[in-house]
Amino acid sequence: MLKCRTVWKKLAPLARASSTVCRQNVRRTGLTSSRIPACVPVAHMSTGPAGGGRENQLYILLVGAACVGGAIYTYRTVKGDSQRYQDRIEEISSRSYKRATAEPATPIQSEPSAVDATETEVILEPEPEAAPSLEPEAAPSLEPEAAPSLESEAAPSPEEPSPPAPDAEVAVPETTELPPGGPAPDSLKVPSHTPYLLIGGGTASFAAARSIRARDPGAKVLIVTDESDPPYMRPPLSKELWFSDDPSVTETLRFKQWNGKERSIYFQPPSFYINAEELNGAENGGVAVLTGKKVVHMDVRGNKIKLDDDTEISYDKCLIATGGVPRNLQVIERAGEEVMKKTTLFRKIEDFKSLDKVSRNVKSITIIGGGFLGSELACALGRRSTEYDLEVVQMFPEKGNMGKVLPEYLSNWTTEKVKSEGVKVISEALVKSVVCKDDKLEIKLKDGRLVKTDHIVAAVGLEPNVDLAKSAGLEVDSDFGGFRVNAELQARSNIWVAGDAACFYDIRLGRRRVEHHDHAVVSGRLAGENMTGANKPYWHQSMFWSDLGPDVGYEAIGIVDSSLPTVGVFAKATAKDTPKAATEKSGTGIRSESETEDTATSPVASLTLAPTVEQHQDEYGKGVIFYLRDKVVVGIILWNVFNRMPIARKIIKDGEEHADLNEVAKLFNIHDD
Amino acid sequence: MSYCKQEGKDRIIFVTKEDHEAPSNAELIADDPNDPYEEQGLILPNGDINWNCPCLGGMASGPCGSQFKEAFSCFHYSKEEVKGSECIDNFRNMQECMQRYPELYPQEEDKESSQAEASSSSVSAAPTEGSALPPETDSTPATSTSDSTSLIDNQTAS
Repeated sequence: MLKCRTVWKKLAPLARASSTVCRQNVRRTGLTSSRIPACVPVAHMSTGPAGGGRENQLYILLVGAACVGGAIYTYRTVKGDSQRYQDRIEEISSRSYKRATAEPATPIQSEPSAVDATETEVILEPEPEAAPSLEPEAAPSLEPEAAPSLESEAAPSPEEPSPPAPDAEVAVPETTELPPGGPAPDSLKVPSHTPYLLIGGGTASFAAARSIRARDPGAKVLIVTDESDPPYMRPPLSKELWFSDDPSVTETLRFKQWNGKERSIYFQPPSFYINAEELNGAENGGVAVLTGKKVVHMDVRGNKIKLDDDTEISYDKCLIATGGVPRNLQVIERAGEEVMKKTTLFRKIEDFKSLDKVSRNVKSITIIGGGFLGSELACALGRRSTEYDLEVVQMFPEKGNMGKVLPEYLSNWTTEKVKSEGVKVISEALVKSVVCKDDKLEIKLKDGRLVKTDHIVAAVGLEPNVDLAKSAGLEVDSDFGGFRVNAELQARSNIWVAGDAACFYDIRLGRRRVEHHDHAVVSGRLAGENMTGANKPYWHQSMFWSDLGPDVGYEAIGIVDSSLPTVGVFAKATAKDTPKAATEKSGTGIRSESETEDTATSPVASLTLAPTVEQHQDEYGKGVIFYLRDKVVVGIILWNVFNRMPIARKIIKDGEEHADLNEVAKLFNIHDD
Repeated sequence: MSYCKQEGKDRIIFVTKEDHEAPSNAELIADDPNDPYEEQGLILPNGDINWNCPCLGGMASGPCGSQFKEAFSCFHYSKEEVKGSECIDNFRNMQECMQRYPELYPQEEDKESSQAEASSSSVSAAPTEGSALPPETDSTPATSTSDSTSLIDNQTAS
């Protein structure tokens, strides 16, 4: 016992010296907690008491040997790295895009050996943990520090898995000879850094891109989407495109708006965007779209994402606008390949194209789902049913179309209208099983009814895409799904979420997630504003609309849930109150525009069906429906009453308790045109 | 004559035109024009141009965005007698840029641009520019470019 103490007293100064050095090194290495414990016991072990006075010399010898060994190792690795780096530069500049399979091997090899080395090492080489300090923002091509790879530029380099990253960061010395601007970014396919990164190429993303470009002059925005198309709008896919007279509509994707003007569903023609590789060099910035690439991993600490081809892109500000994927019925998924081949989950352009083709070639299509998409598609296909000898069936568990949105009396009325569009509606239908027999699908319902059809369209909801939540460590909302963000659409410091995937806090109406086009626009624009420093909450309430044939059209705003108590104020409709008439008058093409735009009117495209309005008693021709929550109006539907959305928006914004809603309804002048 | 009925939790009121003739006594809260949260129009309360106004369509964000911003800013702050007369170079730059992207900025804008200028009179004093300035000056929804871009714009006009 005492001997130990004397030995320790003798060794103390040496131990202190070595531990100081160790501590210094640790500080320099940027401090990974896992390594400190490794360090300290090592010190003790290497100075294990040998007894007597010779242990000093032994100790010095050991330490000396270790130092020399360490120095040699560092020298070799750094040299090797710089050599590899040079090779890499040459390789890239010679534009050969081959995957260096040797490279993953060497980093991985040297990494474990490096890890071993550190554990036995007392002193570490002057770790270019100088490297992290070089990182932060800097030039476009700088590799962020957490990159496990040895190469200092991102680009198409094979990456190691992230778990060894912390070790790799310290263990594997990165070359300190980072050239000022890195290799010329233009020669790379994809920029390794972008100030603004938008994940997802839909409506919200495009709105954000526009917002960013408007507010930050010369901004460089990179949109990454796994679709093969640049940003486009979705509503026409289930509405206008189906009513087009042009036989090549599936190719051109152009539709005629009600005001007669034609436009494409793409927000902008391809010339609007710049190429991804030119993004860094563009002096006035621009918007670049990278199609066909999926973001598979997000490193929030390192401010970067990884694509499915292993490219890494770092960002300053990131927007997640990944939208969602259509839900499928479990019975269909379990029914097997044959059934799946005859099922369409409708969302994208390719789904529209395939459904259009199918509708011309089959005898019967069944739409499962009675919400917005299902009903719109049913009406669109129903209109074709006479032309193509097509049977259109729509089935859903609710009592009537839009059963979850409209109060029962209106839902029933709407169902009648849908039926008059040529759709066979089967309500209160729960699908029990689907089988494929003799090349036809047989849908068996829970109550025993059997429906035979050729093709199924499943419109049963949207599953928000939160694949990145895990790797990014972002919160997912359990009630509404989607990424949980605050009132300013922010998930974390440099990350915002907008569109269908965002579960946000609405100051007026509480936490919600909205899956409508206008919301994507509003939230995308707001996210873009906040990414450029605006710090504004979600305030401007988005609206939505739907047309079910030429007679039934409505605009809505706020929380429109049929389980809430409602008050509806109706007047008799005249022939002037139809969706067509409304847009003709305002001269706009799409409903949400009519508030802001004042475009020139031009001769209207004629419709094939003339609106007929029956004149019997309970005719819900036009009116306003208020949805109440605790006596406060939280949602409003303008039923065949158009161009009054600003009033509705104001009422919701006020959030007041109104004693007599008939008085509030007067504000809308529903009897006027 | 109006009548009312109740179906479960839903109340339905049918009203005639006469019923709604009397002005409403529903009270709405007065709006604060300087509310920072609200969507702003083309001109902000402090006099600056709101480049993010949906009414501009994609003009400020497209490839010719910076040229457009320069030209329009110059015009907006111009104090000359003929407003914007010193901005000819800016507008020329803008036009040159736009000519490079005929798809985005279609050149048959003469009709619409005069309308455009008329509707942008809220920001300018002079109704139309002299022939000195190129036709495609201001941006507004009337131009067919922003027609393609305006579809995602939505805000309450202030």
